Amino acid sequence: MKQSTNMQIVDVSDAKLDAPDMRQPIISIKDLTKMYDEHTAVNQLTLSIQEGEIYGLLGPNGAGKSTTILMMLGLTEPTSGTVRVCGLDSVRQPIAVKRRVGYLPDDIGFYEDMTGYDNLMYTARLNRIPELEARQRVDAMLQRVGLSDAAKKKASTYSRGMRQRLGLAEVLLKKPEVIILDEPTLGLDPEGVRELLQLIKALSRDEGITVLLSSHHLHQVQQICDRVGIFVKGELLVEGDVPSLAKGLFLEEALTLEVGVKPINSELIAELRKLPGVVRVDEQDGLLQIGCKEDISSELSRILIESGCSLFHLQIKQYGLDEIYHRYFEGGEPNAGESKQDTP
Amino acid sequence: MQEKVSRILRKTGQVFSGGGRDAGSSVFAETTAYAASTASRKAPHPFWIIVRKEMSDIMLSWRYVILLALMLLTCGASLYTAITSIKTAVPTGEAVDSFLFLRLFTVSDGTIPSFMTFVSFLGPLLGIALGFDAVNSERNKGTLSRMMAQPIHRDYVINAKFVAGISVIGLLFFALGLLIMGLGLLTLGIPPSFEEFLRMIFFLMLSVVYIAFWLNLSIAFSVRFRQPATSALSCIALWIFFSVFYTMIIEMIAKGIAPVNPTHMDQLVNYQQTVQFLLRLSPGHLFNEATMTLLMPEIRTLSLFVPPEQTYGALPSPLSVGQSLLLVWPQLTGLIAAVLVCFMAAYMMFMRQEIRSR
Repeated sequence: MKQSTNMQIVDVSDAKLDAPDMRQPIISIKDLTKMYDEHTAVNQLTLSIQEGEIYGLLGPNGAGKSTTILMMLGLTEPTSGTVRVCGLDSVRQPIAVKRRVGYLPDDIGFYEDMTGYDNLMYTARLNRIPELEARQRVDAMLQRVGLSDAAKKKASTYSRGMRQRLGLAEVLLKKPEVIILDEPTLGLDPEGVRELLQLIKALSRDEGITVLLSSHHLHQVQQICDRVGIFVKGELLVEGDVPSLAKGLFLEEALTLEVGVKPINSELIAELRKLPGVVRVDEQDGLLQIGCKEDISSELSRILIESGCSLFHLQIKQYGLDEIYHRYFEGGEPNAGESKQDTP
Repeated sequence: MQEKVSRILRKTGQVFSGGGRDAGSSVFAETTAYAASTASRKAPHPFWIIVRKEMSDIMLSWRYVILLALMLLTCGASLYTAITSIKTAVPTGEAVDSFLFLRLFTVSDGTIPSFMTFVSFLGPLLGIALGFDAVNSERNKGTLSRMMAQPIHRDYVINAKFVAGISVIGLLFFALGLLIMGLGLLTLGIPPSFEEFLRMIFFLMLSVVYIAFWLNLSIAFSVRFRQPATSALSCIALWIFFSVFYTMIIEMIAKGIAPVNPTHMDQLVNYQQTVQFLLRLSPGHLFNEATMTLLMPEIRTLSLFVPPEQTYGALPSPLSVGQSLLLVWPQLTGLIAAVLVCFMAAYMMFMRQEIRSR
């Protein structure tokens, strides 16, 4: 745990160094704190998100992700600190913020006895979009999320995935600058998750919409996020893109090579340890686990074969967010990785 | 000129596409799109959008249909009994005869209660039915957080719920009241005087205020309790308490505090006033007092003891509308205050609550 605290300092300072040459952040949160009686839901959170970015807010349930999102939209008042979205203060100008920001709650509900189309029309009217334009936009959005065929069906007949897509269409109706998605992939089947994430990515890319999404499904989010922040017990532990997070966390040991070689002896291990880029070599269940800074598999295999050993297995393991997650939330031993993600 | 044409076109477009958005109407919408773009009318205020939706939700709901059927049934029954018994129940006398039309609302032959009694009994049920799940069902369905994410003020939701409920109740009551008047006119053959008409309108307004109290109470409970069933049961419990048990309790208290050997007139007056005050804490009692005074012009006072110097020389004639209104002004004020207290409670609770998804 002590290590991770060190890493946090490193990462935050990195982010600060990067800041000056970037544009004005579209979401900037400073020292945000939210207390519920004695319980601190969000503690001194400082975060900034750039325009056009896809940012993943990751953390276990009850980490304060939803509370942070509610404060961004001005739906909950912070105990202290400031939130600025699109240059507007969320506490003082919540209406103006909500005009620019689309929000998809985690368990979205629709009026069951209204059709999907009518549900969207209602939202459009609440946004004061003139009737005819609203109809055009609703049609366009339903098409965009692939619900044109189901538009005239009642919302009660929609599946979970269709609801999420309808929710996304609703969020897009007001042509937002920022969309905030709270657990968008929750309860979807793998194909649904993939489609939804592709849709989100396409939106961000085509329309330049900034996306903030919260999740506890790490590797799902890993696919599309430009940056992620890991959020535990109301505090942002680390922030950055996935490779740099892994690098920072695992003592510059970005990947592990799992090598099956015969015979294994102490000289071989000692020799391997001398190789440039190798951080550690351990023997586990007759396989060698070699932690290294970069991919040295080709060089390694050459050395092994030259030294007369027989090489029968070589696999590159890269640390994914799951591993990072475990490290932070479950306080596992360093490099104990039970659920490493394999990369081909 | 062009603007005018486009406006008319748009209006017809809306009428056409109002019912079902079929293919034909969308074609129509497209043809009017050009006309509309030349003169873009401002979209209606979101508050009225919510009110409209809430009203249509209420009117299309099963519970409203059931209550409407119940109200129509009681309305018919009470009208029937009023018409059949109006000849026997009404004592002959010039002063009373002149308010024959009002008897339609108050007269009963003892088997079926009068319309006035029905309203004081069923009105609360109507109010409760329209409000008990106003906020918590939206919360449970997850639509509240979605609505809150739109650029609207939070209080629009609760204000709109109240306005929609009260509009539906108002419409219903005025429709029923005017229906009774019309049917009475047909059967009795005597047109109501302007004063009678005014009294009936005030009675209907008073009923709406009384039901608004129950509506707001149930909205407050719907904010407070997460489960619609809990809030419905709490409202019904209060309704039964006030309509059945409250008078019993007050009677018990009255027996307890009754002066044993009243030696002075003041003791009796004080006692009666205390009992009356306790009774008037019930909104139902206030409503009954007010409706009786409004619908029976011969009621000259609501206090039980009138000093002889005040009655001396008073003519036994009915009061005018203005005087009757003056007499029930405290009751009316009390009811309106109760409505506002309930609304404020609901409003404050709602504004302080955090809107989370389910």
